[in-house]
Amino acid sequence: MTPPPGGANFRAVTPRIVVCAKQVVDPETPLSAFEIDPSLMRVASAPGVPPVVNGFDENATEAALRIKDACGAHVIVLSVGSDFDLSVIKRPVSMGADELVLVDAPELASLDAMATAYVLSRALARLEADLVLCGRQASDWDNAQVPLMLAELLDVACLPFVRDVSLDAATVRAERITASGYEEIEADLPAVVTVSNELGPPRYPTLRGIMDAGRKQPTVLAPGDLDLDPGRLAPTMGLEELYVPASRSVCEFIEGEDGADAGRLLALRLREEGMI
Amino acid sequence: MADAGRISQGSAELIALGRSLGGQVCAIVIGDAESARAAIAAGADRVLLAEETPEVSAGERDARLQCHEQACREYPQDLVLVGETDDGAEVGPRLAARLDAACAQGCTSVEVGPGGEISATRPVYGGNALARLSFPPDRMAIIVGRAGMSDPLPQDPERTGEVVRLSPVIDPGRVRVRSTRTVRQDPAGVGLEEARVVVGGGRGLGGPDPFGQLGDLAVALGGAVGASRAACDAGWIDHSRQIGLTGKRITPDLYITFGISGASQHMAGCGEAKAIVAVNSDGSAPIFRQAQFGVVGDWKAVLTGFMAAVMELRGD
Repeated sequence: MTPPPGGANFRAVTPRIVVCAKQVVDPETPLSAFEIDPSLMRVASAPGVPPVVNGFDENATEAALRIKDACGAHVIVLSVGSDFDLSVIKRPVSMGADELVLVDAPELASLDAMATAYVLSRALARLEADLVLCGRQASDWDNAQVPLMLAELLDVACLPFVRDVSLDAATVRAERITASGYEEIEADLPAVVTVSNELGPPRYPTLRGIMDAGRKQPTVLAPGDLDLDPGRLAPTMGLEELYVPASRSVCEFIEGEDGADAGRLLALRLREEGMI
Repeated sequence: MADAGRISQGSAELIALGRSLGGQVCAIVIGDAESARAAIAAGADRVLLAEETPEVSAGERDARLQCHEQACREYPQDLVLVGETDDGAEVGPRLAARLDAACAQGCTSVEVGPGGEISATRPVYGGNALARLSFPPDRMAIIVGRAGMSDPLPQDPERTGEVVRLSPVIDPGRVRVRSTRTVRQDPAGVGLEEARVVVGGGRGLGGPDPFGQLGDLAVALGGAVGASRAACDAGWIDHSRQIGLTGKRITPDLYITFGISGASQHMAGCGEAKAIVAVNSDGSAPIFRQAQFGVVGDWKAVLTGFMAAVMELRGD
């Protein structure tokens, strides 16, 4: 990301948007196939269930492509990790993104949020992004931290949890979701924005997009290219246990003479339990 | 942490949680002397008070973040508890990056061991797994917790505590995000993530109209209405009401569902509810595997009987 301050370096030409995307275990994996490796303390993809691009990152890709459709943009997808499945991580490109940049190394496989934000910030230093779009959170660790930490490390504006985002010259405008509705917010570029599902479903790749993506080869960066400080890859906290929670008690079925009666008895039973 | 005016239910819960963990509870309050007193009455031993100034106005999150940052720098704590609200989920990680602290979001429990070791548990993989995290002693731990981790202590207006006034210096160059308009879409005013009772509807409702009835029930129970992804995608209700993996994560005391089958995508958003009650016409629906009480039947009839009984119990 071009050094700020104040977005003075904003180029009047096509804006450069970086979408941060993560390859994750398919969250729709049936529970029966969901398994934790207790020694490695991680969840591996079940046999026959390929990984996917995190759903919220697809929302972020959609947001980037809407800006591209509206006013033109160069959209770069950036991912940090290892064991990339190219047919998976290329999906945002087949949706319409222009470039794919992977920071790929075994030691980047299971970084914590702070370390991931650090590696992304180092990669972004080379990509000259005006705007960084990220998914609200990843469906594996559900951290919802990386983009917020990234904004801090880059020392740029942070616009989290948005359902709409647009560019107007050097200003980014967004609708931030709140408990009671939404809030219209804006900031000067550069900025980091996190996108939520309320944006609406991401577009499907077109046949043309899939063919284009097939031809495009990712730019692969190694830790050495980014001049990483190994000390900053260490985890900030320990993972002591990762386990499947015990299931709940057996359901008590309420029956009545008819539906309305069952509803009435249900209310009485809940009152008895002090629940309503 | 608390903000402006009286302290929120969530802040009172965090203060109570802090008390239950032992040690001195220090509340960061951005507000006035009255809200500082409210924090003490709720159980805080000490309040770090940043008074509202034009620079620290309620709408400017970046300015308030600077207040929190300076409070934590001047008065370092072992553990900072933050409520997982719209703002809290932003404050925790940003504060952690600024202070080089360790941060965990969405925690459902926090423990402090005999030697002061801090650990927290949080659902991961859409609630399919739980992770227990340990925090190193040499870093500040920032734990963003879900609503309902602790019951608030009874308010004690006689309680005394120390109020330390902060004089935060706001760097205008780091106040970058401007709020231009706030739109309320939820006149009932009970946020889905804060509600203690949530009434949810799914594909089984068959259309948008029944959500009006669910809304009436939610109002009668002092709760909020939620929905499954199928109902949101069908356009029956706004996506802001979506509960699930790609929606909101709720932790109410009671979640009552009508016409929701309970796909794992949905359960990821409500698995932490204290109790689930399910009404569905299909007795083999997976929701019943996680429900404490269930009715197999036509949602419409059950809802009618249920609503009538609720109104009667309320004495209307």
